[in-house]
Amino acid sequence: MSRLSWTLGLALAFVGAAAATAESPPEPNFGTPVSEAELARYVAIAPNGTGLPSGRGDAARGREVYLAKCVACHGAHLEGVKETGGLPLVGGRGTLASAKPLKTVESYWPYATTLFDYVRRAMPFNAPGSLSDDEVYSVAAYILAKGHVVAEDAELDAASLLRVEMPNRQGFYRDPRPFGAATTAR
Amino acid sequence: MDATPPVEEDCACKQGMFPRKSLSRRSLLFAAGSVAAVAAPTRGRAENAAPPGAAHYDVAVDPTRELGRALGVDGGYGTRSQFETAVRLAAANPNAYTTSSLTPLASQIGNLTPSGLHYERHHAGVPTIDPAKHSLVVHGLVATPKRFTIADIQRMPSVTRRHFIECSGNTASEWGGAKAKTVQLTHGLLSTSEWTGVPFSTFARQVGLNPEGAWALAEGSDGAVMTRSIPIEKMLRDGLIAYGQNGEALRPEQGYPLRLVLPGYEGNTHIKWLSSLQISEAPFMSREETSKYTDLAADGRAWQFVFEMDAKSVITFPSGDMKLPGPGYYEIRGLAWSGRGRISRVEVSIDGGKSWTQAELAGPPESICTVRFKLPWLWDGKPAVLLSRCQDETGYIQPTREKLVAERGLNAYYHYNGIQAWGVAPDGSVANVAA
Repeated sequence: MSRLSWTLGLALAFVGAAAATAESPPEPNFGTPVSEAELARYVAIAPNGTGLPSGRGDAARGREVYLAKCVACHGAHLEGVKETGGLPLVGGRGTLASAKPLKTVESYWPYATTLFDYVRRAMPFNAPGSLSDDEVYSVAAYILAKGHVVAEDAELDAASLLRVEMPNRQGFYRDPRPFGAATTAR
Repeated sequence: MDATPPVEEDCACKQGMFPRKSLSRRSLLFAAGSVAAVAAPTRGRAENAAPPGAAHYDVAVDPTRELGRALGVDGGYGTRSQFETAVRLAAANPNAYTTSSLTPLASQIGNLTPSGLHYERHHAGVPTIDPAKHSLVVHGLVATPKRFTIADIQRMPSVTRRHFIECSGNTASEWGGAKAKTVQLTHGLLSTSEWTGVPFSTFARQVGLNPEGAWALAEGSDGAVMTRSIPIEKMLRDGLIAYGQNGEALRPEQGYPLRLVLPGYEGNTHIKWLSSLQISEAPFMSREETSKYTDLAADGRAWQFVFEMDAKSVITFPSGDMKLPGPGYYEIRGLAWSGRGRISRVEVSIDGGKSWTQAELAGPPESICTVRFKLPWLWDGKPAVLLSRCQDETGYIQPTREKLVAERGLNAYYHYNGIQAWGVAPDGSVANVAA
């Protein structure tokens, strides 16, 4: 109230300035700048290869990794294991328009970079983030070879992973919602 | 590969629609991990076991003739009544770490979901995180990458808003026709809370967004290190970095100490245990936004980045598996919500859609929030089919299942928002029926 009576006789612009000063101090700096070194742990991998680490691996080494760390949940034939919730990784090509679509890395995943990113961050399920980059390249090569996406003897590294052509690369609509707000019940 | 058995979509949302047949009340109590339920049954009477979230006290013969319990025996944090038994129903899933639980909507009173009954969807279990060791790093296409501790964030200008969160797999059981028995199973991947936090736009000013920044990759600190790419316009419009839920800190199952809240977007984008926002030119095409939360169309291609949850409503009373005691007065009650704004109207039919009556909204609808509706009903004891349909402020009207299927086919799995029907038989029993 006293502020109000004090400002009553003053020009409007000055009232505005006084109010702004009293009620809205400039936003202070929050947070602390982080160094490039600290940012090194954020390793999301983009489809253009950004974030892909050095290292390499092939299906033969990938099979060893798979049999040691993946087979319990994903099965000897990469067919998935219902009892563990482990998903099938291969098969399903040609099923996506059927009554029983089978979505797998082979039939559905549009980018090989996604496979590398996901395995590295979230697998094995019981020890996420425990695989070396070479192991991730290897097991990715094994899964893609078993899905007939790459050759049995293909070696994957940052460059060759980017060249992998996933079978369902063109399987996604760019328009996220062709139906959307136009839908009505009447 | 020919021998590959058909494997169902792994989304726990779907598995939630098919709870274990053998799930007894007792096993549910144990499954829910209630200390009271586990500790009590071995001594005293079995009914001394209080439901989860409650503590057992001896019931007074005449509460006006004896002292009640002393203040403080609850240790300073209250429990619900031992007579209240509603619990989240865990999905029937062999893997208890990547699964979901459903909110008991039939017993929810009012508009807000109690924090302990908020639906869950985890991709690698619930991490236990010390807030003193947790922070959010905003980096990528920014002028000054910064780390914000929880203490930093709690100092920043805050907002409090009420919003629902709905899993995109909610009601997926109904694509093929009436299936799940109860409204908890059909619609329980929906919960509403009051969220408190700091708008992302404040963080954006603090780090200085690069004009090329068009997406933000949100990353969680769970074992899945879950990631979703979010359009920067959405982040700037109403993205909320939340630390509060219903007047207290987030529950661990809801992302303690920090989660992203994206009003109206499908639930999985509300990244829990949020630790990183990486600004980028293009989406990262993470597993969740390519192989997982995409909607398969009838032609075998899939819609991607289908974010908004469309307008939807459901009658929660009477609803599946209930039994009305006899003809007479009932208040039909339900919830309506839209990911695009306010609900403007809800209509109810008691004759399977031949005629519709506008229901009363219980209070002014808030944007991107559930609103309760109600309609008095004098049941004459004859068969009835109860439906609700809603319209939001954009003009969108909740569609029938037939319209959805004609538009999207039967393989989309996610984003089902068809009109739900409950049939009332002459004996008062209520069942999920075709609309």
